[in-house]
Amino acid sequence: MSTIPLDEPSERPFEEAIDFDYSLTRWRTLFNLLLTGLSGLATVVALIPLISVLYMLVSHGLARLTEVSVFTALPPTGKDVGGGFGNALQGTLVMVAVASLLSVPFGILVAVYLAEFGKDSTTASVVRFAAKILTGLPSIIAGVFAFAILVMHTGRSSFAGGVGLAVLMLPTIILTAEEALLQVPRKMREAAYGLGCTHTQVVLRVVLPTAIPNIVTGVMLGVARAAGETAPLLFTAAFSYFWLNKLMQPTASLAVFIYRYSGVPYERQVELAWAASLVLVTLVLTINVLAQLITRRAHAHR
Amino acid sequence: MSPALTTDDIIINAKIHKLFYGNFFAVRDTHLAIHHNKITAFIGPSGCGKSSVLRCLNRMNDLVRNFRVEGSVFFRSKDIYAPRVDPVAVRRHIGMVFQQPNPFAMSIFDNVAFGLRLHGMTRDLADRVELALRRAALWDEVKNKLKQSGLALSGGQQQRLCIARAIAPEPAVLLMDEPCSALDPIATGKIEELMKDLKSRYTIVIVTHNLQQASRVADMTGFLYVDTKQGGRTGYLVEYDRTEAIFQDPRDPLTRQYIAGAFG
Ligand SMILES: Nc1ncnc2c1ncn2[C@@H]1O[C@H](COP(=O)(O)OP(=O)(O)OP(=O)(O)O)[C@@H](O)[C@H]1O
Ligand SMILES: [Mg+2]
Repeated sequence: MSTIPLDEPSERPFEEAIDFDYSLTRWRTLFNLLLTGLSGLATVVALIPLISVLYMLVSHGLARLTEVSVFTALPPTGKDVGGGFGNALQGTLVMVAVASLLSVPFGILVAVYLAEFGKDSTTASVVRFAAKILTGLPSIIAGVFAFAILVMHTGRSSFAGGVGLAVLMLPTIILTAEEALLQVPRKMREAAYGLGCTHTQVVLRVVLPTAIPNIVTGVMLGVARAAGETAPLLFTAAFSYFWLNKLMQPTASLAVFIYRYSGVPYERQVELAWAASLVLVTLVLTINVLAQLITRRAHAHR
Repeated sequence: MSPALTTDDIIINAKIHKLFYGNFFAVRDTHLAIHHNKITAFIGPSGCGKSSVLRCLNRMNDLVRNFRVEGSVFFRSKDIYAPRVDPVAVRRHIGMVFQQPNPFAMSIFDNVAFGLRLHGMTRDLADRVELALRRAALWDEVKNKLKQSGLALSGGQQQRLCIARAIAPEPAVLLMDEPCSALDPIATGKIEELMKDLKSRYTIVIVTHNLQQASRVADMTGFLYVDTKQGGRTGYLVEYDRTEAIFQDPRDPLTRQYIAGAFG
């Protein structure tokens, strides 16, 4: 306890002249400027790779993109000069859809278990730990896994590719969805119980609908990652020069298309790989930006 | 004001002998009868167990891990703490309004319709929603924006929305835990008016830190107390009587001190 009586007058006398003005000679002002300058510089340096990659993609890829046929034509073989990556675009979309159909419902169910039912149980901790480890899984291992459980038995297919991508997406979806569920305020849950909800009704009618925008963001980030992956597809879906018409056949994808066509000695085909890269990057960036927008809108309504 | 209360119109009869959170003995010997279509207020210093007792009345405390109560709470002729009772069913008859407004992240209409849909009362849904909003004195302010998010309302409007949501399924009793503590005096005044209007249809039990509020709205008042200075940790009901009696002529010296202290 302080021994100074409460009614003692302040020891600091009233200062007649207080200097509130900026002064460059003051150490803290200088330090402030220095640090602001440094961090600004670091930001610019960090942006250089991003901007140069984008510049390179646009400068090399844009030319061929003006030909609409690249989106609809099949990949060229040998010295062909025409052609496009229509089937690769189709394959990427189909495989990402397959991966989403597998991983989104499953991932959300696991997240609901973790956040609402398992909570601190040993099972929940183990699953959570496994999911965290799996987010760092090298993507080629996801491919090896799909190869082992599917390709060995049924051959290369877009379904196997989808499974490989789903393995990659699953941990991201589980962890972001759990986070989203946990963010639903306690007071909303209380209100639901107070109205006579069972635990399941609280989850289905209040917690999940409230968390949906954030869950969608997590899903989209997972989708964006899956769309850009090459490694899980290399030996699961492999490649094809034809349109995809059933799930259980080898399938082209943008990522593998780029991998194959960027190394060939024919200039026109390398250009096509650049164009496909630009398309893929645009796709991934769009999904990312959409995810950000959804989160921001959801928070504006909180 | 209130005529002599008979035992016929008792809707809840609570006999809380002991109330624990884990090993912590929070409340003892709190016996009180809640009268039908009356407003009953619980007052007392912070930590004396007002919320704990209130949340026993609709088994909200069941959500707290390690919570335990010895005693009985009769709602009409049924002990809601009897072994086979489903707490979820109890809460359908005894609704609750919380200290912090807590609308759901959905439209104003869906907020009010929530309990109705939950209990399958979907006939004339729009009419019932309107009625609840009118009773909660919110209709005129929101009738043109029923599709907007409930979270976009002001604090006082949100609290009235929560009241509308709670009364829409027509519970018999409405429990309110410091419903005005997050509101400004104007919004508080509106909610107090509202409580007086509502009591012809619902029995209301309210916890409040505001003694003037208790004296303004309540028919019956219970004073709970815990003397932490003397090392006591267990709260109990000191006195329970008609509000005028509690405020003008309390029998217990503790009540007198508390009322005098808070007013003086
Ligand atoms: N969930 C809980 N777990 C453990 N102890 C609790 C819990 N809720 C309340 N308590 C304890 O029980 C005692 C009574 O709490 P309660 O919330 O009922 O008091 P109150 O009269 O409502 O206080 P206030 O006026 O501050 O809201 C307090 O000592 C509190 O710390
Ligand atoms: Mg309280």
